Amino acid sequence: MSRAFRDLLKYPSAAAGLAIIAFLVAMSIYAVATIPYSEAIRLWRGGEALWAENPRNASPVWVNLVPGRDLPRTIVVRSHQAVRTEKKLNGDVRQFSISLAFDYPYRKFPRELAVFFEPEYTDRAPNVALLWRSPDGNEIRLTEITVRRKEVYRISADSRLQQDLGGRPEVVLLGDPNAPDQPLRGRHELMIRGFLFDESSQLEPRLVVYGEVYGLAGTDHQRRDLIIPLLWGAPIAIAFGLLAAVGSTLSSLVIAAIGVWYGRWVDGLIQRITEVNLILPALPILIMIGTLYSRSIWVILGVVILLGVFGSGIKTYRALFIQVKEAPYIEAARAYGAGNLRAVFQYMIPRAVPVLVPQFVTLIPSFVFLEASLAVLGLGDPVLPTWGKVIEDAYRQGALFTGHYYWVLQPAVLLMLSGLGFTMLGFALDRVFNPRLREVS
Amino acid sequence: MTSNGLLSVENLHLYFRTLKGPVQAVDGVSLTLQRGRTVVVVGESGCGKTSLGRAILRLLPRNVHTYTGKVWLNGLDVMTLSEEQFRKQVRWIRIALVPQAAMNSLNPVLRVGDQVAEPLIIHGRAHTSEEARKSAAEVFRHVGVPIDFLDRYPFELSGGMRQRVALAMALITQPDLIILDEPTSALDVLTQANIMNVLKTIKRELGMSFFLITHDIATSSELADDAAVMYAGQVVETSRAGQFFKEPLHPYSRLLMASVPTLHDDKALGFIPGQPPSLINPPTGCRFADRCPARFHKCSEEPPLFTVDSDRLVKCWLYA
Amino acid sequence: MNATTSDGALLSVRGLHTCFELRRWGFIRVGHVRALDGVSFELGRGEAVAIVGESGSGKSTLAKTILGLHLPTKGEIFFDGRTVRGQEDLQWYRSHVGYVQQDPYGALPPFMNVQRILEEPLLINGVTPKERRLYRINKVLDEVKLTPVDDFLPRFPHMLSGGQQQRLVVARAMILEPQLIVADEPVSMLDASVRVEILQLLRGLQARHNLSLIYITHDLSTVRYFCERVFVMYGGKIIEQARVGQLIDSPRHPYTQALLAAIPDPDPANATRIRPVPAGEPPSLLHPPSGCRFHPRCPAFMKGICEVEVPPDFEPSSGHMVACYLYDPSIEQMRRGVSRA
Repeated sequence: MSRAFRDLLKYPSAAAGLAIIAFLVAMSIYAVATIPYSEAIRLWRGGEALWAENPRNASPVWVNLVPGRDLPRTIVVRSHQAVRTEKKLNGDVRQFSISLAFDYPYRKFPRELAVFFEPEYTDRAPNVALLWRSPDGNEIRLTEITVRRKEVYRISADSRLQQDLGGRPEVVLLGDPNAPDQPLRGRHELMIRGFLFDESSQLEPRLVVYGEVYGLAGTDHQRRDLIIPLLWGAPIAIAFGLLAAVGSTLSSLVIAAIGVWYGRWVDGLIQRITEVNLILPALPILIMIGTLYSRSIWVILGVVILLGVFGSGIKTYRALFIQVKEAPYIEAARAYGAGNLRAVFQYMIPRAVPVLVPQFVTLIPSFVFLEASLAVLGLGDPVLPTWGKVIEDAYRQGALFTGHYYWVLQPAVLLMLSGLGFTMLGFALDRVFNPRLREVS
Repeated sequence: MTSNGLLSVENLHLYFRTLKGPVQAVDGVSLTLQRGRTVVVVGESGCGKTSLGRAILRLLPRNVHTYTGKVWLNGLDVMTLSEEQFRKQVRWIRIALVPQAAMNSLNPVLRVGDQVAEPLIIHGRAHTSEEARKSAAEVFRHVGVPIDFLDRYPFELSGGMRQRVALAMALITQPDLIILDEPTSALDVLTQANIMNVLKTIKRELGMSFFLITHDIATSSELADDAAVMYAGQVVETSRAGQFFKEPLHPYSRLLMASVPTLHDDKALGFIPGQPPSLINPPTGCRFADRCPARFHKCSEEPPLFTVDSDRLVKCWLYA
Repeated sequence: MNATTSDGALLSVRGLHTCFELRRWGFIRVGHVRALDGVSFELGRGEAVAIVGESGSGKSTLAKTILGLHLPTKGEIFFDGRTVRGQEDLQWYRSHVGYVQQDPYGALPPFMNVQRILEEPLLINGVTPKERRLYRINKVLDEVKLTPVDDFLPRFPHMLSGGQQQRLVVARAMILEPQLIVADEPVSMLDASVRVEILQLLRGLQARHNLSLIYITHDLSTVRYFCERVFVMYGGKIIEQARVGQLIDSPRHPYTQALLAAIPDPDPANATRIRPVPAGEPPSLLHPPSGCRFHPRCPAFMKGICEVEVPPDFEPSSGHMVACYLYDPSIEQMRRGVSRA
């Protein structure tokens, strides 16, 4: 066993393949360890409230490594960082002023501006006015709000403000009057002035200056951190590929062996079923099932295995077993009393291992791609964060048209890597197990 | 050394490259053969006799490590010829081969008549298919295959017939020498005797020279004029057939002869314990010393070929 | 209801026929191959018998039918006084018969080591506990001289030489302590110098354990050294049975005579003479010739007699059976009468 492993490592393709697979496995372990499954689903399906502080369709932070790029990051100013003043008036009424200030060091404008409120009160909601003060002392009045519940005031989405300012709010508010296409460096401030009416009233505002970049993988159209589906896509892809490959190859193997051993009509029947199944188009069937019945990944996995069992693998193994069956040692086994099951499982099937192992490894990526293809077609599992789902979202949102290449490229590269890793390993395994395929030295 | 002989092999070496090191399949073999005579090279599996046949005919695989020596054919050292020259002038024109299990290596999709005629067409000896067919019919007559078999496919023929067809294929270009590698080992007793009869007839009628490679000592006596014994890549004894079968000299030859069961001669059977040495790292000194009952101190040095009775050669210190 | 066998005979075969059906496309019958066409003989305990024949004679089919690998279409097998017919008979029977095959490497599963190869028959036949199995494995490896045993137990077949592989095959055949060993061309794929070793091993085992041995071969030269009796097969039938000396010194059946004449001893004089070989090919087992299977090639063919009916066994001398009309006393008398006239 270990000798086979050492032989394997002599091939650079095997070493590279194993390295890639190790990387993917490490990724999977990390994903499952740091973000448990239930947590991942919660984050992925949780809705915009969870992701509110992320910019939409932000590129990954590492694009800033490209010289000349200086895309801004998100700045969040929370109220505990703010300067507050309070003045008590009659009764429980308090007049307050909160200044949320920040330095803006970037050369590009932020994507969006928004203010989040989390009010607490018993009878009467606080009432506030919002003003913007730029570094050069200019003050612009934004709006007046009675904050009744947890809400967001999206400065950039305020069309009336946009009209009044004569341009996009985030550009005008942060712009340099002398060079309007450049942001003004320095300290900008959002002033919140208003009244709290109850003794226990609180207001916890938050200013979010959305950047253009976020995280290691960027975000999607729902502001979700793409690192989650990219990380979690790995264990899902590997698991699906493995289970499908194992399920179908082992079943094919056993069925082929039984057919060859018992011969006659058993073999004939298996061959006819296989031939019919080979003609059936797998993808349309999967599409039908996905559309009409269920898109659950377990259902799809099951159907894929079923369709794969009576596949071309049976023909390959049958050809092998027909030869093996004629081997003298099988005859000898029958002569010393070996029963049918023993002969099939302990004497015939082990001979298939040199063919089985490389074929099985090489088969894994095709199942991974199949799952991804189904997802791209809109038939992916509705719940799981997978690579295919990311591509599907990107496709539906026209990512390539809007220039969000990272959205498509990241999952595509991961898919390619997994395909490459398993295939390279598979081919090297083939050469180790089947010496006749080796190059003549 | 040119001789008036047909074939003279001088110090032929053929080593193969493998992952574990060079396999010294043919390690300094020298032999001569006169025209019209048959030399039989006997030895067990792994002694290098098949490689010797291929070395003479330059049918080499890709992993050749060493290929040196001289092969004189009618006064011309064919080792000096280029690959193309060898192919055009020697292979199948002057030396032909009937390989091991030849009956299984016939092309199943060609009629046997066409296959037999192929060497003629390839080497330009026949220019029309009529000529080729006529030659094929003639050579079929020599090997004893009925003419109407010309249009049959190999699967329609029995094992013995197929072997004769393979023989016909070697004969058709009228070579000077035919190398036969285990021509009868896969055949039944009666078929074997038949083929041997055919070979004897060809030898007599056409004056053909044969280089017969086999492990079957009894069958080899049917055709042999001269005998050579190979062990671990080397020739350990050469003799005229008459002397060899009556009384072999080399201890290995003697033990080998003793292990051949005879039908009519009541003798005690012997065997040789142990195994032949690996050809990858052959031992220094006499290669048979480990298993030799007559081993003594000098055997740790490799013996040269000693001449006994003026025309027998033995590679053994006992004959110094 | 068991028919009686001769006293002391271990194996008795009566009128054994084994036919193979030829089917086209898996189920249309187009004919049958009469591989065994009426074979009867008896084998005593501790007796070694050779079955000699060429390919197509039915000798391998006979071996496999005796081993229970093929079911005979007609006829009976008696072993140790019991009929061997149904599945339970077969199970008991198989543990008493050992099989040594022709191809030593093919006869061994390449993915099992020596220990496992020898353990399999024991496991299948319910030998427990493990210590007992290991004890028997050790004992049998000792007997075939694959020692030191511990050296060999973990090895795989490709790590053994041809001779060692065949010893392992013999060990496997012996491990169930059989009473009969069927050896089908056990040495034809081995080198000359190893053949004798294996044959002597088999002979030694036979003597030590009072085994019966059926030795199937096409090489008559070896028969004299290892067997007491010889059966010659042709066209699916046994055409001559005799003690070894009798057969070699005075073969009766024209086919046997031709066979013996075709076997060379290493003699340089062979190169000068053409051997007499009967013309023609071995008979088709699909459409065999009528009457005596050898008649189309027989130099002593008697028209009107040989092609009409299959000759029964005649006994020209004690213990020597020939299925040939030349030895029919009535025909001989007729011929003598004719020649005298």
